[in-house]
Amino acid sequence: MSTADLVVLLPLIVVAVMGTVVMLAGAYGARQAVLHWLTIFGVGLTALAGAGYVGVPVAPLAKLNIPGLSDIAVIGPLLFGHDALVYLSFAATLGVAWFLKHSRGGMILRAVGESDISAHSIGYDVIAVRYGAVLFGGAMSGLGGAFLSLSSTPMWVEGMTAGRGWISLALVVFASWRPGRVLLGAYLFGGVTILQLYAQGAGGIGVPSQVMSMLPYLATILVLTVIAAGPWKGRLDAPACLGKPFRPST
Amino acid sequence: MTARVTRRGFVLGSAAGLGALSLAGPRAFSAEPTKIGFIYVGPVGDFGWTHGHDVGRKAIEAEFGDKVKTSFVENVSEGPDAERVIRQLASGGTDLIFTTSFGYMEPTIRVAKLFPKVKFEHATGYKTAANVSIYNARFHQGRAVCGTIAGHMSKSGVIGYIGSFPIPEVVMGINATALWARKIRPDTKVKVIWVNSWYDPGKESDATKALIDQGADIICQHTDSPAPIQTAEARGVHGFGQATDMKAYAPNAQLTSILDLWAGYYVQRTADVMDGSWKSQSIWWGLKEGMVAMAPYGPAVPDNVRKAADATAAGLIDGSLHTFAGPIKNQAGEVKVAAGQSMSDGDMSQMDWYVEGVEA
Repeated sequence: MSTADLVVLLPLIVVAVMGTVVMLAGAYGARQAVLHWLTIFGVGLTALAGAGYVGVPVAPLAKLNIPGLSDIAVIGPLLFGHDALVYLSFAATLGVAWFLKHSRGGMILRAVGESDISAHSIGYDVIAVRYGAVLFGGAMSGLGGAFLSLSSTPMWVEGMTAGRGWISLALVVFASWRPGRVLLGAYLFGGVTILQLYAQGAGGIGVPSQVMSMLPYLATILVLTVIAAGPWKGRLDAPACLGKPFRPST
Repeated sequence: MTARVTRRGFVLGSAAGLGALSLAGPRAFSAEPTKIGFIYVGPVGDFGWTHGHDVGRKAIEAEFGDKVKTSFVENVSEGPDAERVIRQLASGGTDLIFTTSFGYMEPTIRVAKLFPKVKFEHATGYKTAANVSIYNARFHQGRAVCGTIAGHMSKSGVIGYIGSFPIPEVVMGINATALWARKIRPDTKVKVIWVNSWYDPGKESDATKALIDQGADIICQHTDSPAPIQTAEARGVHGFGQATDMKAYAPNAQLTSILDLWAGYYVQRTADVMDGSWKSQSIWWGLKEGMVAMAPYGPAVPDNVRKAADATAAGLIDGSLHTFAGPIKNQAGEVKVAAGQSMSDGDMSQMDWYVEGVEA
């Protein structure tokens, strides 16, 4: 196994393991405190595992260049010539959207999320379904981290995510749990983050950079306010049983 | 040293120890190892600022072996957390505490008041007390050498600069770079992008890309990760490493790197505590004292540029040159330092204006 493979797999495994423990802890209703504890634990664990990679650059993922297409002005570099993880992110979004909306498994998952008692009473294993969902989410987060250490900045340094994963919490709320909107929101948030750097380099647009950094969060608050007050009221809610521990015995 | 500890012995020993402490100070424990504590703003694996300080900590261990016991707390954010951590170190019997980030200044001063017997060393600040020393490195001298190289090597005349926070330390680096690049190429511009973080590789890399897209062909950074120089390498432009030699990340792009060498000072101050000669002081050491050094030049630096850079460094070392020697104009073109004069250390350490040619 090459170094690159290891660096891809490591965060996946770690995050998946962490996801399992979070779920386990969630079942005992200790979610919030444990989540924080686990984050600190995860950062420490990856630091330990990554200690040997400090000061060693990582070979970046290969860019998939399609001769001809990648060279088209504007559209070429925009759409083509990225690495596999970028295309995987689109495929994963489509896949998740299809799964949630059209597959039997997706219906079961949503049932478990909306009403755990009902799902349990018709014979679905609520805990197992939730484990599976959290593991999948953890693995996807791991891919996000892997993109940072393999493609965006191909290196390993401790704490290199600098907490940016937390924005996914804002993103999910912003997107009101719809995969399509997650994709839209992700590009919107990413675009704003990059835009403020370019704006600074171009001599500024009269807005302090700190304010620009707040924009994704301000946008989330704005969207939530609009949702809460507007005509879509009630249609964009979170799964009803989100964050509620499920105890089959009661 | 090993000793069997019984509860009665421990109580007696503690009482005796307290008595001795109040009479004779910590030196009564001379058989005990001297305890040295460090608090770091980033992780020791950042390969930049914190890594540099940790190299210094290891040098203390290598020098004194069993006679010292060092410990460190990493990733301590600048604010209430810092005060708590420093207090914890101080109350845990640590003799000497190095607080290694600008933002630890107020917490250090506050905790130092509560623990008058503990010695504190605060990096890059400006407040001292009877038991608080401050130390800093003249990074601006390294920036002057980098500026000299950048002035020679930039084709576009645009230097990109990744800024962390607009504090005097960072402003000084930006100004030194611009000033010395413009001595070689008077139309040089220094474009600054603030990332509002000391350490965020993803954002540092994005800012570097933005600067390169906007015409910069030399990248400087005042953040702690190797991401900017690595991005410069990937995009085929040049730049300077930060705090450590980052050539592994940028074998072609790195022209040189400003090295932070704390080990000599750390070993000296530890020795001072051990023999009781520690006194509060304020030092600002540079190329001359070896707290700042330049990494070996990269393969892209031609001979004439190496000579020019060497000459700048030599002049700063022998005192014939000064980083901020007049005439210096600010962004508005007003003369801030007259010809024939140099800025005082006090003025430099409070620098809150940009020199001509800086776009920030």
